[in-house]
Amino acid sequence: MLKSFARASLLAAALSLPLSFSAHAEEKTDFKVCWSIYVGWMPWGYLQDSGIMKKWADKYDISVEIVQINDYVESINQYTAGEYDGCSMTNMDALSIPAGGGVDTTALIVGDYSNGNDGIILKDKTDLAEIKGQTVNLVELSVSHYLLARALDSVGLSERDLTVVNTSDADMIAAYATPEVTSVVTWNPLLSEIEAQPNATKVFDSSGIPGEIIDVMMVNTETLADNPNFGKALVGAWYELMGIMSTDSDEGVAARTAMAEASGTDLAGYDAQLATTKMFYTPTDAVEFTKSAELPSTMKFVAEFLFDKGILGEGAPSPEFVGVAFADGSVYGDQNNVKLRFDPSFMAMAAEGAL
Amino acid sequence: MRIINRRPSRLPALALGLVPFIATLLVYAVASHYRRLENPADKLLPSLDSMGQAFWRMAAVPDRRSGDLLLWVDTFDSLWRLGSGMAVSTLLALVLGISIGFIPHIRSALAPYIATFSLIPPITILPILFITFGLGEVSKIALIVIGTAPIMVRSTAQAVLDIPREMIIKAETLGASVWQMVTRLVLPQVLPKLITALRLGLVPAWIFLISAEAIASTTGLGYRIFLVRRYLAMDVILPYVVWITLLAFLLDRLLLLLSRRAFRWNHLGSEAL
Repeated sequence: MLKSFARASLLAAALSLPLSFSAHAEEKTDFKVCWSIYVGWMPWGYLQDSGIMKKWADKYDISVEIVQINDYVESINQYTAGEYDGCSMTNMDALSIPAGGGVDTTALIVGDYSNGNDGIILKDKTDLAEIKGQTVNLVELSVSHYLLARALDSVGLSERDLTVVNTSDADMIAAYATPEVTSVVTWNPLLSEIEAQPNATKVFDSSGIPGEIIDVMMVNTETLADNPNFGKALVGAWYELMGIMSTDSDEGVAARTAMAEASGTDLAGYDAQLATTKMFYTPTDAVEFTKSAELPSTMKFVAEFLFDKGILGEGAPSPEFVGVAFADGSVYGDQNNVKLRFDPSFMAMAAEGAL
Repeated sequence: MRIINRRPSRLPALALGLVPFIATLLVYAVASHYRRLENPADKLLPSLDSMGQAFWRMAAVPDRRSGDLLLWVDTFDSLWRLGSGMAVSTLLALVLGISIGFIPHIRSALAPYIATFSLIPPITILPILFITFGLGEVSKIALIVIGTAPIMVRSTAQAVLDIPREMIIKAETLGASVWQMVTRLVLPQVLPKLITALRLGLVPAWIFLISAEAIASTTGLGYRIFLVRRYLAMDVILPYVVWITLLAFLLDRLLLLLSRRAFRWNHLGSEAL
């Protein structure tokens, strides 16, 4: 009786096997990338809707589907689980979730960095140092948390000097309205919404740490290596749209208006968010940034922050547990465990007009 | 003998009960094994071993930042919230349930209101709870109370209404006052039903506890799950889910045991799950 049950459960296990075989790297023609709502990622939705993506995919004889996911962390989890070939995320989340989870990931398009889009707001106080002793509401372990850690560094405080309360971004505005919340760290559009309250003062924002919170289209390294056309199509489509949306031509305004509506604001609101975002409209700028000497030190900060918070995974003995490779071939961290790669070669092709 | 009349004895019954659990573990282990063949650091289906290590780390290794044993802090805080919420709900169910079930004027006044109130999906009024009670403990407990009390009140009131009319008439002919009938007749009849209502109420109570902790918190079982979800730490999430299930199961069994011990007569009838 027990024996036959053992046999039955083995059968059930065997049946569930196909589920566990995620997409092996190989040549393929259909690709899926995901993105979530954020000022610097709105172009992804527009690429799909306007047909620009289809045009470039057709050029390389492949198909690319761009899918919007409502929950940012969920989109990264889906990518990490192998459901998508690429996904938009920050450098920090790329290091902690896919790279930390052993999914070799390449930064294909470095789209922008936050230059004031993330900020710390105090209620009835005007100086960052006054944050000492307060409870601070933020999405823990997110870039907000990183921003807070960097801000505290700058005034000689540490997280021990305050209490962090994990608060869902969806509830941040309602939370700020309650009397006991005196300090929040959040990002746009929530940031500007809260800053507009009469008793709110923004005491620090990401323009104080420029180039550290980077928004990137991350793709699976194996998939990219086996299918360079996938990378070329994405990069080609992206910079065609960057060229359009950076101008004030009718076409550019129309594109930005569509993105504004998709993110629940209007053109003026979206332009205001773009103003605190350092967009790399040209591939040349993005390549230059990716090759810059500051990027390795930024990733070191990020890795140390993640290690300090215990995010780099079970058995991570040091911040150098996961290797990060840069454009010049240098590696931060473990040479034998490189899982995150900054590779500007596709953006360089776009810069040379070779796509 | 027909299969419906054959009963397993004690030991085979226990073995049969264990089989689905073992089968689930086995299926998981195999699926996890094959996923990790491809990517040894896979986060989605971590090995049983790494989950064990993560659980041990949460339960026995002090946190780097606060020095607390996280699992026990989380468990204590969550159980405290759950206990406070269910205590308030049980008290409300007892007082309001008996009043509504026993006194027609109160029934007319409150029954339609509570029936309507019980239909509000509690999560939808969470933003209002925040504004009125703040982000602290009160709004979390309030969410549990709002989510469980109306249904418990209704089932207690129904239990009072179900008391055979003859018993009440008999008490009246014997000259009992309303208070005497409540304490000597209604209460003993209703208490086992109240425990059943409490056991059923615990199911949504856990849901509301976890949701409340997911939104704004510094400790708690739900807080931890939603926190580590940010980096897909299934090696922490899965053991926590098992732990929560175990706690819920133990609470339920303890209440059943209490009911069996205290109200033996209520369990003389059919076999119950």
